Amino acid sequence: MLIKLTGGTVYDPASGIDGKKQDIYIHEGRIVAKPIDDVPVDKEYDLKGKVVMSGAIDMHTHIGGGKGNIARLLLPEDHRQDPVIRSIITRSGTGYVMPSSYVTGYRYAEMGYTAAFEPAVLPINARQAHMEMADIPILDKGGYAMLGSDDFLLRMLTAKKDQKAVNDYVAWIINATKCIGIKVVNAGGISAFKFNQRKLDLDEKNVYYDVTPRQILQTLATAVKELGITHPLHVHGCNLGVPGNVDTTLDTIQGIGGLPMHLTHIQFHSYGTEGDFKFSSGAAQIAEAVNKHKNITIDVGQILFGQTVTASGDTMMQHANHKHAHPDKWVCMDIECDAGCGVVPFKYKDKNFVNALQWAIGLETFLLVDDPWRIFLTTDHPNGAPFTSYPHLIRLLMDRSFRNDMLATIHPEAQKMTTLGSITREYSLNEIAIMTRAGAAKIIGLKDRGGLGPGNWADITVYTENSDRQKMFEKPDYVFKDGELVVVDGQIVHTKWGTTHTVKPDWDASVENGLKGYFDRYLTMKLGNFKISDDEITEDGRGSLTVHPTKGGSL
Amino acid sequence: MTEINEVPSPFCGVGTDDLTIQVDGASLKVINNGCAVNTPAFEQPLADTQPRVNGKITDLATAVDKAAAILQAAKQPMLGGCATDVNGMRALLALADKTGAVVDHMSFNYARHNLLTLQDSGWMTTSLAEVKNRCDVLLIIGADPESFAPRFFERYLWTDAAMFLENPAQRKIIYLGKAPSGRASTSPEGQDAQVFECAQDQLPEAVSVLRALIKGRPILAESAGGIPVTDLELIAMQLKAAVYGVVTWAVTDLRFDHAELTVQTVCEMVKDINDQGTRCSGLPLVGKEGEQTANQVCGWTTGYPARVSFAKGFPEYDPFLFDSQTMINAGEVDAQVWVQAFNVNAKPLSVTVPTIVLGRSGMAFEQEPDVFIPVGTPGIDHAGHAFRMDNVVAIRLKKLRDAGLPSTAEVLTAIERAV
Repeated sequence: MLIKLTGGTVYDPASGIDGKKQDIYIHEGRIVAKPIDDVPVDKEYDLKGKVVMSGAIDMHTHIGGGKGNIARLLLPEDHRQDPVIRSIITRSGTGYVMPSSYVTGYRYAEMGYTAAFEPAVLPINARQAHMEMADIPILDKGGYAMLGSDDFLLRMLTAKKDQKAVNDYVAWIINATKCIGIKVVNAGGISAFKFNQRKLDLDEKNVYYDVTPRQILQTLATAVKELGITHPLHVHGCNLGVPGNVDTTLDTIQGIGGLPMHLTHIQFHSYGTEGDFKFSSGAAQIAEAVNKHKNITIDVGQILFGQTVTASGDTMMQHANHKHAHPDKWVCMDIECDAGCGVVPFKYKDKNFVNALQWAIGLETFLLVDDPWRIFLTTDHPNGAPFTSYPHLIRLLMDRSFRNDMLATIHPEAQKMTTLGSITREYSLNEIAIMTRAGAAKIIGLKDRGGLGPGNWADITVYTENSDRQKMFEKPDYVFKDGELVVVDGQIVHTKWGTTHTVKPDWDASVENGLKGYFDRYLTMKLGNFKISDDEITEDGRGSLTVHPTKGGSL
Repeated sequence: MTEINEVPSPFCGVGTDDLTIQVDGASLKVINNGCAVNTPAFEQPLADTQPRVNGKITDLATAVDKAAAILQAAKQPMLGGCATDVNGMRALLALADKTGAVVDHMSFNYARHNLLTLQDSGWMTTSLAEVKNRCDVLLIIGADPESFAPRFFERYLWTDAAMFLENPAQRKIIYLGKAPSGRASTSPEGQDAQVFECAQDQLPEAVSVLRALIKGRPILAESAGGIPVTDLELIAMQLKAAVYGVVTWAVTDLRFDHAELTVQTVCEMVKDINDQGTRCSGLPLVGKEGEQTANQVCGWTTGYPARVSFAKGFPEYDPFLFDSQTMINAGEVDAQVWVQAFNVNAKPLSVTVPTIVLGRSGMAFEQEPDVFIPVGTPGIDHAGHAFRMDNVVAIRLKKLRDAGLPSTAEVLTAIERAV
């Protein structure tokens, strides 16, 4: 079947197209060049006056895995306020802050998103993460395997094993867990918390292991680069949420020595200690450092006001913050000599000085970083806000007067502590398309997503131009997933199943010799039972695996 | 005849995955690493493989059609048992969504003590590998781990090695409430566990005073729940002096009203210890008969644990109202599907309404259900996934034999399509 999308205004930064009228042809799920002969068009959509982008990609959102499910089970009162009724096409479920799996897929698709990536896949919990994501309809998905507090790596570093050995372990983990990237959360800190350390600075040693967070980051960033994994080491830094952590973050950027590194939810790591309340914005310093260091990419982790739940692998900081839990209930868990998790419900209030300034810090970061290819639109769902708030966030970035109206309503002392009101920048549609599409696909390493050129999968979102950008991005006219029309006027009309994106860097099989002994001696599962097989993803007939190339490696 | 190694068990809840099983046609024999729970569960002989409608043997398609007709005619169906694997639970929830059924896991009245605690105040917990490598003091409250999982001590406490303990044999084991049923808790060096017994219904008092002692509150009484306060002080001191204390309990052993309040006291005590600068974690002993699997899958599919009604077209959770037995007794249910793929002895408690049973082969009934479909057992007859007691670990179950039994998921999906 040949589908033609006629006369839309196309924003396709992957092909350098910034608002050009252009027809798009779809055949067998992919975008194709204009057929040479008079091939009949089976279905044509008139997109005159419409804005066309590829499907949006969320490169950091907690959609699958143990801590998210703990967050769900923790908050029945939140779900009760947002029941989602079944339809002939769709399954029932619930929202709001941590929606059920089906609702997650529908709500993302209804906003024009066609892929989402779980950034914190604990290797021992990877099976659950994939099973949950397998129940998210429509979206493509993938995960970043979490290392850095796992005892196997910390033992290797303490024993001064060489980089090659670490590389083999990292490659083995990413293969065994069917992931596409490597994430570090509070490097070494989750382990340190198990030894009763309650804070861990960049150069502070784990009380048991002879290792610092800085060493862990350098070793893993090197491994990711040497293995040719496209997605740079994905880093949740030290000292999350601690006033003064801007220095730690700047030091982390400096210290990585030019290796590719992605700093996630950087808003939570951009705090100074100035002012009457000893809490200030470090966004300008962070933006300056990001602008200068081309090896660094970031996503913001914007907070937006209202109820949410924070779910993180960072048990150390989540435990430290449990006194802020709203409602007052929370969970921390130590997990399998692998990592941990902490789930703390949270309500961000615009009349609370700290929350108000967090809001401003995130927006300052967005507006002060020059290169939209190196910054990504996230709320660290659900930690800063649920993903459903993205259209509102886009309006804040694209509409200065709206932003300033909002700024005028927040805590007055926070207004004094931010430069936000003086920043004139407004994001363009092209820049939004870079941040949420082309840039995201590039940084994750998706070879045929995030663009509208021939050869790409036909993940396409069509919007009606509207000066109210929130309204525009809330309700696309059409969303196509792999060439199938799934959304019309912001409503699901058809569902399907997306693929799971992975990479498979090479590794030396001998790494399993050491691992087998370690598993038998210390862990509670056999090595052979730990590894996730392909058929676990594909056997139900819905899931599929897509393997992306590594740099300089083979498929 | 073949031997299969590293077989994971869906039966014991602790995710034992080192069994060696000999397969001879349809019969299985546990050769290595069996236990009183796993060995009989694996070795249970294969019995009926053909479905029955009204007691008469029929084919699967006829049984599925009959089941669909019963559900179609029902105003309020109930899907109970829920003892299956991840795919089985997925199919069960899809069927419930389509038919507006109530879903209720058979152990929910026990699981509820933990879930109410979680949903009211939360907790700090740990997982089995952390216990194995870190736990230097284990406090067991009102539970008997060796009858829950016979290899619990062997696998997680009396290990040859622990990464962070010089001598795992010197871990301290303390029982509060119940005394151990055997000698599994005695260390390899012959050290018996400390035991502070009290009557079941005295446990709430003893636990409350233990928490008060941890918090440093003055206690005037000389005994609590029949246990001298000086003994409770001894327990408190050991928890506070531990490097990595672990406190465990089993909701199935807390057989008194409002046991959730005792679970909550235990969990808040664990938090208190952490807030006072010492690490300590809870470890709920749960997870038999697919309990964790049901709660996890229902959790991501609906937002709620496995006691949910779809009657209004969306999931509603009520830990009391949607108790299947209460609903059946009150005449609020007019058809039930009972799913139990693991245990032939776990049958529907009541068959006063039209009843469809998807049961493990060999299930025998006093009163024949309208439809009986023998299904394969996950981890024996088909591959699958099950969650371990500590929730974060899902095990990959293996297919060991081909006895021609369909999986729970296949049967429920067929019924869903036929409705």
